[in-house]
Amino acid sequence: MAAPLLSLRGISKRYGEVRANQAVDIDVAPRSIHAILGENGAGKSTLMKLIYGVETPDSGEMLWQGVPLKLASPAAARRRGIGMVFQHFSLFETLTVIENIRLVVPGQTRALIARIRELGTEFGLEVDPHAHVHELSVGERQRVEIIRCLMTDPKLLILDEPTSVLPPQSVDKLFDTLLRLRDGGVSVLFISHKLEEIRAICDRATILSAGKVTGHVDPREHDAHDLARMMIGRDMPEPPPRTPSEPGETMLELIGLTYTPDDPFGMPLKDVALTLRAGEILGIAGISGNGQAELSELISGEIRLPFENREQVQMMGEPVGHLGPAERRQLGFAFVPEDRLGRGAVQGMSLARNSLLTAHPLGLVRHGLIAMAQATEFTRRCIADHDVRTSGAEAEASGLSGGNLQKFIVGREMMLAPKLFFLAQPTWGVDIGAATAIRQKLVALRNEGVAILVISEEIDELFDICDRIQVLSQGRLSPSLETRETRPEDIGRYMIGAGAAA
Amino acid sequence: MIAVEFILSGMLAAATPFLLAALGELVGERAGVLNLGVEGLMALGAAVAFIIVYHGGGHALAFAGAGLAGALLSLLFAFAALGLQANQVAAGLAIGILGQGLSALFGKTYESLTVKGLPKLSVPGLADLPVVGGLFVQDPVVWLSLAATPAIWATFAFTKTGLLLRAVGENPKAAHSIGYPVIAIRVAAVAFGGLMSGFAGAYAATVYTPLWADGMIAGRGWIALALVVFGTWLTLRIFWGACLFGAVSLAGLAAQAGGVELPSQLLASMPYLVTIVVLGVISSNRRLLKLNGVASLGEPFKP
Repeated sequence: MAAPLLSLRGISKRYGEVRANQAVDIDVAPRSIHAILGENGAGKSTLMKLIYGVETPDSGEMLWQGVPLKLASPAAARRRGIGMVFQHFSLFETLTVIENIRLVVPGQTRALIARIRELGTEFGLEVDPHAHVHELSVGERQRVEIIRCLMTDPKLLILDEPTSVLPPQSVDKLFDTLLRLRDGGVSVLFISHKLEEIRAICDRATILSAGKVTGHVDPREHDAHDLARMMIGRDMPEPPPRTPSEPGETMLELIGLTYTPDDPFGMPLKDVALTLRAGEILGIAGISGNGQAELSELISGEIRLPFENREQVQMMGEPVGHLGPAERRQLGFAFVPEDRLGRGAVQGMSLARNSLLTAHPLGLVRHGLIAMAQATEFTRRCIADHDVRTSGAEAEASGLSGGNLQKFIVGREMMLAPKLFFLAQPTWGVDIGAATAIRQKLVALRNEGVAILVISEEIDELFDICDRIQVLSQGRLSPSLETRETRPEDIGRYMIGAGAAA
Repeated sequence: MIAVEFILSGMLAAATPFLLAALGELVGERAGVLNLGVEGLMALGAAVAFIIVYHGGGHALAFAGAGLAGALLSLLFAFAALGLQANQVAAGLAIGILGQGLSALFGKTYESLTVKGLPKLSVPGLADLPVVGGLFVQDPVVWLSLAATPAIWATFAFTKTGLLLRAVGENPKAAHSIGYPVIAIRVAAVAFGGLMSGFAGAYAATVYTPLWADGMIAGRGWIALALVVFGTWLTLRIFWGACLFGAVSLAGLAAQAGGVELPSQLLASMPYLVTIVVLGVISSNRRLLKLNGVASLGEPFKP
């Protein structure tokens, strides 16, 4: 290996009780695509923030081209030639692309625009410099972030989970860009938890688990099983078995659902149609921002339709478009929203009080007063049955890890014994153990005859658990695709809006 | 016709205290800081300016002193709200009360005293026009604040400074992650707001009504705050809002002089009502609010 571009020696960082990174050693070679592999919560993002100067390490040393490196701020990192593309972009939505770039890159606007166009052609990153960021798709925003980094001529480019927001076809395009960058002399630190991607593009991989390095390997020489064992200490869990079943009655039907949100940044829905029957799982694939939020609120009842359009949403055979969430729940509907802290649970409240939010009809309220003993009992059962790791029913929701809180919320909704169960991004930011547990519970529920609708960005997840998949893109929902007869590329084509032509 | 002339000639001067304070507050709010202490900052500026003019220091020195006093007091707010991440609403109210207290304390021995205002400068030619001629005869501070309005608009629209202020206000986390000193930028914006509030107070006490009376700011700071919100954080709307307020308050005076039989309390409350209703209707457009609103307004940021 050539003299490393960047070396970390014994880097440690802790937040309160949590040791996010412990004595991490890494060498990044020049002209290398180096993967940092680890599951959610393994400390990957913390490590990248240390390298990019957003945070400073508690101990340890960084060497940049052999010289000790101390970074006080991201600006200092950029001056050395380190650029970063964040998972949640650091773009300003109300500004235009060129304005966003001017904030980081000095120079005349006209010259900058020419350079944006030039980089766009050279690396396959076309984007309109005068567009407002809020009008761009997620993939386009990522391109803006990458261009913004490239304009500072970095030697090292850090990408935090860059593929999690892209359809499969765009992933190939991104990889092509990264390879061209590498050949142009840039090293890339590529953070991911997706094993196949890393095998496809990276020439080195450092594996992190619970804040520690558990291996340095060449990913091309190992198969996914080896990498998974280094990442989570065992093989990747098998998808849960689905017993063949005959779907029962229709539990949810959307008929020509058309809706224009007030929010100028929202996505209007056009003529959305789906049918979900008892004993099946239907997945809605697609990238967030294509109408997912609107569809989810229309199904949950957070957005009500005018009375004359109530037939556009039907649950258990009844028109419910005009009903609110509580009335829909009374019909046997349960819902896990996409944001755990805020809509799924109240962070400052105990789990017992969070149980009350939706499970109050199960005897948790008597004569208008909270029956605390029953609420606590309900919560204890939920914690035990769904393997929620917490100190007990009195623990505050904000004190639980993402995975455990999600298991609690899913468990709470399942204990309502719904006939129709709707989950939005059920395993987003959840560790592999909890994600597997949630998927298994969903399949078990399906086998018992519950109708389940899942909105997810994770295509693999949908292929694991769904009987059928429909793709939401630009506010339009694709026809239903049988999972068994569909490949991820087919889903991808619908995601970029070219489904029918395929 | 006389009433129209009266309103046109006095409108800009009546609007100036609001305009100066609101432009300053606009800069702070665009950067994401809500400073509710404008009323107190104006009161302090008014007292400092009046004392300087009374002792023969002249208006230039008076405005400088008032601006400095406003900026210093707003830095105290910045220390609490930005340095210590105190609640911005509470810190702003506290600073406002402190400013009013200081103003009363300094002004105690000057009660009911008067000073000389500023001479008016007229635009040659235009000032002689019938009816609208009065618009072109104004004191120098009015002319300067008329120049400040497009200057601030252009700063937001065309300069890197304006871009940075908007960026810090929309998404302080992102601004920090790309390496900008969010707190320092916000402190500077708040200090600018204090400076402008000090000027606004100085104008009210030494030019518009050059007479000292405790509590002479009389809620103008609150109206300036309302103008920023109802003007949907747009410089030109804030300007028109301030003009509207000035015009309606003069219309009330004209009506009284013309013998209109309405309770004086109602006439006195007209400018507040009219401004709030008009700007309220304009700002009820959700799309506009979403596009121009400041996403992180009032939220503490910890780097």
